[in-house]
Amino acid sequence: MTTVHDGEPGTVATTASRPRGAHPLLIFLAKRVAVTAGLLLGVTVVTFGLVNVVPGDPVTANLSDQALNDPAAVAAFREKWGLDQPLWAQYLHYLGNLLHGDLGHSQQTGRAVLDDLLHYVPATLELALPSMVLALLIGTGIGMLAAVRNGRLTDQLVRVGALLGLSTPPFWLSLVVLYVFFYQLGLAPSGGRLSTDFSPPPTVTGMYTVDGALAGQWDVAWDAAQHLSLPVLVLTSLTVAMLVRFVRSAMLEVLQQDYIRAAYAKGLPTRVVLRRHLLRAGLVPVVTVSGLAFASLLSGTVLVESIFGWPGVGQYAYRSATALDLPAILGVSLFVALVYTLVNLTVDLLYGLIDPRIRLS
Amino acid sequence: MAPLLDVDSLAVTLPSPRGPLPILHDVSLTVDEGELVGIAGESGCGKSLTAQTLLGLLPPGAAVTGSARYAGTELLGLDPRGWQRVRGAGIAMVFQDPSAALHPMLSVGRQLTEHMRVHLRMDRRAAVRRAVELLDQVRIPDPERALRAYPHQFSGGMRQRVAIAIALAARPRLLIADEPTTALDVTVQAGILALLERLRAETGLAVAFITHDLGVLSALTTRGYIFYAGRVVETGPTGALLTAPTHPYTAALLGARPHGTQTGGTLRPIPGAPPAPGEAPPGCPFHPRCGYAEPSCGTAPPPLTPAGADRSVACVVRPHLEVAA
Ligand SMILES: Nc1ncnc2c1ncn2[C@@H]1O[C@H](COP(=O)(O)OP(=O)(O)OP(=O)(O)O)[C@@H](O)[C@H]1O
Ligand code: SF4
Ligand SMILES: [Mg+2]
Repeated sequence: MTTVHDGEPGTVATTASRPRGAHPLLIFLAKRVAVTAGLLLGVTVVTFGLVNVVPGDPVTANLSDQALNDPAAVAAFREKWGLDQPLWAQYLHYLGNLLHGDLGHSQQTGRAVLDDLLHYVPATLELALPSMVLALLIGTGIGMLAAVRNGRLTDQLVRVGALLGLSTPPFWLSLVVLYVFFYQLGLAPSGGRLSTDFSPPPTVTGMYTVDGALAGQWDVAWDAAQHLSLPVLVLTSLTVAMLVRFVRSAMLEVLQQDYIRAAYAKGLPTRVVLRRHLLRAGLVPVVTVSGLAFASLLSGTVLVESIFGWPGVGQYAYRSATALDLPAILGVSLFVALVYTLVNLTVDLLYGLIDPRIRLS
Repeated sequence: MAPLLDVDSLAVTLPSPRGPLPILHDVSLTVDEGELVGIAGESGCGKSLTAQTLLGLLPPGAAVTGSARYAGTELLGLDPRGWQRVRGAGIAMVFQDPSAALHPMLSVGRQLTEHMRVHLRMDRRAAVRRAVELLDQVRIPDPERALRAYPHQFSGGMRQRVAIAIALAARPRLLIADEPTTALDVTVQAGILALLERLRAETGLAVAFITHDLGVLSALTTRGYIFYAGRVVETGPTGALLTAPTHPYTAALLGARPHGTQTGGTLRPIPGAPPAPGEAPPGCPFHPRCGYAEPSCGTAPPPLTPAGADRSVACVVRPHLEVAA
C-alpha cells in the first residue's frame, strides 16, 4: 500500500500498484487454493493416523465368529484391506488410491466408499445448505434488529429467545417439532426423504428437490421439500440461536463507530444507514462466525438425521464408526475435511469481497 | 433578520455509570447566514458536544433542554424525518477525526454521492460530476480515480479533505467544522480556507469553526465564542476578543499563545486543569485557576452579560486586563 502525502505535487491519488496481468482477487484465490490442498494432505495423514491408534481390531469387528475361527479367512481379510502391511505402506497405498478417486470399499455396505458418499452426501447437503442460508439471513436480521433496539423490549425478547434456543437440546427440539407439526397439525411428514408413492427423480445433483425440479416432476420436488421442512426447521433454529447473540454484539460495536454517526449526519434515511453502512461493516465478524456456525450445524445433522430417518452422511458416519469400518471412516473424514477447508476458503473470499482493506493490500 | 442558527440556553446532560453528568450549561449562540463564527476553548470544554447536539447525534440517554432553532425550525425534539431533512443539506458537519468518520468499506465516490442523490435529487451521473468537481476543489489529485478508491488508500490529510468535500456535497447552508484543518499543511489549509470563504461570498454558506487554533480564529472568523467547562464565558467580534479580552480566561489563553507568529499559535495549557464534568466548583467555573478571583466569584456562576458593542462576558469582577503583546 502506498499513500500520498500533502504537498507532493503531481502524485496520484490512489494506490494499489498491482502486478501486471493478474487481478489481486485471482492471486488471493490462487494462494488460498494452494493452502487448501496442503491442508487436505495434512488431514489425510491425521485421520489415517487417528483411526490407526483407535483401540479395536477391525478384524473382530467385521468378521463373524465362525470366520474368526478360520485362520485362512482372517488372513484373506487382512490381505484384502492391506492390514498385514506396515502402517506407512498402508498410508501410501491409501493415498495412491485416493488420487485415483478410489476410497476403497466399505466393509459394511460392500460398496465403493465413493459411491456411498455420492449417495449420502447430497442428502446431507440438501439439509445443511438451506438451513445455513436461512440461518444466516434470519440470524443477521434478528441480531441487527436487537442491536439497533439495544436495551429495549425487542432486544430483551431476542435475548430470551436466543437463550432458550441455545439451552434446548437438539433431540428435544426435534421431538417437539415432530409432535406439533406432524402429530398435532399434520402439516408435515414425520421422516424420510420422499413419500412411498413417489420414486426418486433421475439423479443429477442427488438432491431430490433440485432433481425433481430439473426433471419437471414438480409433485416429487414438492413432496421432497415437505420432507425437508421439519429437519431444516430444527437445524435453522439451532443455528440462528447460535448466531444471534454474536451478530448483535458485532453490530453494536459498529453502531458506536464515528462513520455510522457520520452517515446519520449526512441526512441519509435510517434504512440506508442500516442496510448500507451498518450491515456492510457488521458482515465481517458475521462471516467469521458463520464458518463456526456451519461446523456446528453439520455436527447437528448427525442427530437430526437419525431422528428424522434421513439417510445422510451423519447416519453413514455413525454406522461406520460403530463398526470400525476403516475405509468408510476415512472417506467420511476426508469429506468433512474437504467441507471445512471449502468453508474456510469461502470465508476468506467473502472477507476479500466485503473489505477492500483486505482485498487491496 | 433572524439568525440562521439560534441556540438559546442549551443544556446537555449525559448518562454515565455514576449518574447523569451535566456537560453543557446555558449555552447561547447565533450564526447568521454567510457568517464565519469561531468556537474555541480547552480540550473537554464541550465544543464537539455542542456540534453533536445541533445534529441530533447525542448518545442515547442524553437529556437536552433549551432551544436550538435552525432557519426557524426548532431542532430539539425533531422526529427522525425532520432530522433527515436538516442534516446534510441544512447543517453539515466535518467530524473532528475524519479518518474515523469515513466508512472503511465504502468507496470515496459512494460516500461522496449518496447524500447528494437524496437531498439534491441528482441522478448518478450528475452526482459523479459534482463529486469530481468537489474533490478538485479540495485539491485531491486525479479525482476520477479517487472516486473509485477507499479511505485507507489516502493519507490522513487527504482523508480530511475528502471529509470536507463530503460535508459540502449536499450544499448545506451551515457547515460545522470540528477542527477541520489540523492535519493539513499550511498551503493546503490556506486553500481550504479560501474555498470556504469563496462559498461564503458566493452562496451565503455559514461556517461554525471549532478550533484550538487562535490563528484560524483571527484569520477566518468575524465573531467568536470562548467556551470554558461547558459554558460560553465570552463572545464578541474576533478582533476585539483577541486584542482586548474582557474575561480572565480569554486573556490567559492569549497569554499562553506563542509570540512572533501571526497565524500559528495553538492554545497552550494554563496552569491547573479545567474541572471535570460534574465537578465544577460552585460559582464561576474558572475561579480555582483565576488570578483575579474575589470572594464573590464563589457564589453563583456569573451569567453572560453585555459588555460593550456586540460583546458579552461572564465575569462578575471584570478586571482590567493587560494582554501580552
Ligand atoms: N459519550 C459521552 N459520555 C460521557 N461523557 C462524554 C461523552 N462524550 C463527551 N463527554 C464529555 O463531555 C465533555 C465535552 O466533550 P467534547 O468532546 O465536547 O469536548 P471538546 O471541547 O470537543 O474537546 P476537544 O477539544 O478535546 O475535542 C468532556 O468532558 C467529555 O469527557
Ligand atoms: S468571575 Fe471571578 S473567578 Fe470568574 S473569571 Fe471573573 S474574576 Fe475570575
Ligand atoms: Mg472535540
